Amino acid sequence: MNRYTISVFTENFIGILNRITIIFTRRGINIDALTASESREDGIYKITIELTTSEEQVIQLSKQIEKIIDVIKAFYYTDDQVVYQEIALYKIPIESLDPRLEKVIRQFNAHIIAAEKDFVVIEFTGHKEDTQSLLEILKEFNILEFARSGRVAVAKPMDTLDKYLK
Amino acid sequence: MIRGADIVVRSLIAENAEYIFGYPGGAIMPVYDALYDYSDRIKHVLTRHEQGAIHAAQGYARVSGKVGIALATSGPGATNLITGIADAQIDSTPLVCITGQVAAHLLGTDAFQETDMVGISMPGTKWNIQVRRAEDIAPAIAKAFHIARSGRPGPVLVDITKNAQTEFAEFNYIPCLGIRSYKPYAEVSKEAVQQAAELINAAERPFIVFGQGVLIGKADKELKAFVDKTGIPAASTLLGSGALSEMNTHYVGKLGMHGNYAPNILTNQCDVLIAVGMRFDDRVTGDLKRYAKQAKVIHLELDPAEIDKNVKCTVPILGDCRQSLEMLIEAVHANKHEDWLQRFRELEKEEKKVVCANDLSPTKVGLTMGEVIRFINEYKADDAILVTDVGQHQMIAWRYFDYKQPRTQVTSGGLGTMGFALPAALGAQLHDFNRQVICVCGDGGIQMTIQELGTIMQTKAPVKIVLLNNNYLGMVRQWQQMFFDKRYSFTELENPDFVKIAEAYKIKGSKVTGRAELSEAVADMFIHDGPYFLEVVVEKEDNVFPMIATGCSVEEVRLS
Repeated sequence: MNRYTISVFTENFIGILNRITIIFTRRGINIDALTASESREDGIYKITIELTTSEEQVIQLSKQIEKIIDVIKAFYYTDDQVVYQEIALYKIPIESLDPRLEKVIRQFNAHIIAAEKDFVVIEFTGHKEDTQSLLEILKEFNILEFARSGRVAVAKPMDTLDKYLK
Repeated sequence: MIRGADIVVRSLIAENAEYIFGYPGGAIMPVYDALYDYSDRIKHVLTRHEQGAIHAAQGYARVSGKVGIALATSGPGATNLITGIADAQIDSTPLVCITGQVAAHLLGTDAFQETDMVGISMPGTKWNIQVRRAEDIAPAIAKAFHIARSGRPGPVLVDITKNAQTEFAEFNYIPCLGIRSYKPYAEVSKEAVQQAAELINAAERPFIVFGQGVLIGKADKELKAFVDKTGIPAASTLLGSGALSEMNTHYVGKLGMHGNYAPNILTNQCDVLIAVGMRFDDRVTGDLKRYAKQAKVIHLELDPAEIDKNVKCTVPILGDCRQSLEMLIEAVHANKHEDWLQRFRELEKEEKKVVCANDLSPTKVGLTMGEVIRFINEYKADDAILVTDVGQHQMIAWRYFDYKQPRTQVTSGGLGTMGFALPAALGAQLHDFNRQVICVCGDGGIQMTIQELGTIMQTKAPVKIVLLNNNYLGMVRQWQQMFFDKRYSFTELENPDFVKIAEAYKIKGSKVTGRAELSEAVADMFIHDGPYFLEVVVEKEDNVFPMIATGCSVEEVRLS
């Protein structure tokens, strides 16, 4: 079992995300995280799927995804073939704001991006292991809420989408 | 400007559609209203159930090679298409299904007969779309036809809201020639063909297994040329039957669970396995861990997702098999494999002695399904089409029917849909009234769609229906006998008088219970002008052999 990123480039067609996710549902495979956004090309969407599975399975999944009519191309990568980030937000009660917390924020190079009457919001970007370790520490500060995005990733291999658009 | 409903019908006419199989209802009524004006240009067949409509469309598509069309209303009308959609998907049958939908402003409100058809049909269709504006209808239908028939064919669904049918738009039909994100035909790699040819030329015991891809790719002549030049024994999957004449000297039988003894056993003794247009279904391979492990595998396949899905191959040849076979024929040496072929013939003798003799010329009192097929072979035309349902009769008919031409078989292979045969036979017959269409059913399956006798009556389609009645759900009973200690749990049927039912539908019928009447009854059926219903009462507890039990390897095929 390995961690993989599947990058799917699609036409902007209603239901495309559903068509992709049912491929996973049918085979009982969990999606660890999923993000969707516009790509470099106008009108083409990029869906990034993170999952833990075998190489054999990820190849099959990529082929099944590519079989969807409105999918232009699906690439799969191991973690060392992509540059990726995840963003995390941490909501901390205002009472917890003390020098100890300030030190943690500095150490992690995190930011306070909002301060309200009752709480502050800390933002931190990194790999899941990094945002997770900050979460563990912030539990001591009575963290109120936590949210982490799916992976956004760009590939290292230079095989570009352009050749599949002809 | 014309109405959206007229656009639907004129788009179908623009695609040279000959038949629509359908059933009206509220949300599709504008289209039915339009059909009234075009009845001289396109024929609509009113079935008795939407499932009947889609199976008829499948039967039509399978024998004609054209796209079958099913039309239904929203809600229950549309959901009744789902079994046929799933069947067409797994058997790669090109279909365009058009469903009515509630008006756009009612979507998502649980309106009367509203169902999320795009959502429900998504896992089972090759593509689907909801159309909410009249101007989007023609482009959606054009795209639907292109997707349904190109590449590996499949079912598509176009869901059209009622307002789109009643609103007006310009009509200018532009056929869809390509889609940026969809490349249905890969270019055949010369290197792959060369590598495959080298393996084939060096092989001592090569073996060809072919499937429906040969029929879909219209590559039957190329397959024959390839087999004739290389002298390689060739066996068929269920859906591949007919792609190579069974009279060909290199044809060695059928593969899989109830296929023939020799090709199953020798799959595990060949040194090069050449798979043409087949997908290594579990009913063909048995236990994958013990399937052709000794062989180098060459896979000629159109769908990239099939490569290495079940069986890892040494040389994949992606692309249209007609093209890849043509290239292979050039690249391989003419050869003979007489000794190897002889081994198939020896095992075949054993099967004939132990199994076929008892099936075809039994000495016991009760009639066998096999002897009925034997008489069908005797009286049928060479180009007769055999349509079967699902179960024991399907396997027996497949085993013994003489397939001499391509596209002479229609059956539900991948999905195993009971109730498929009767409506599918109707669709096959409507494609050509002058061809013999023989519909072989069991007493279980026929009762799932028996209402389509009404459609046969109304269309006067001269289908020859042969009911092999053992008063059991025979295949399930066989499994109960073999694997569940003969605990015949809910498989025995108390049946109606089938011939009377047929006669109530004004279809001539007769019933045979003894061997003495069988030959003449089958002959009479073929002579009769019009549809005919022949019920043959067969032995209650006969089993289908050979058999590869679930979890067993192909070489563990049993003769009894």
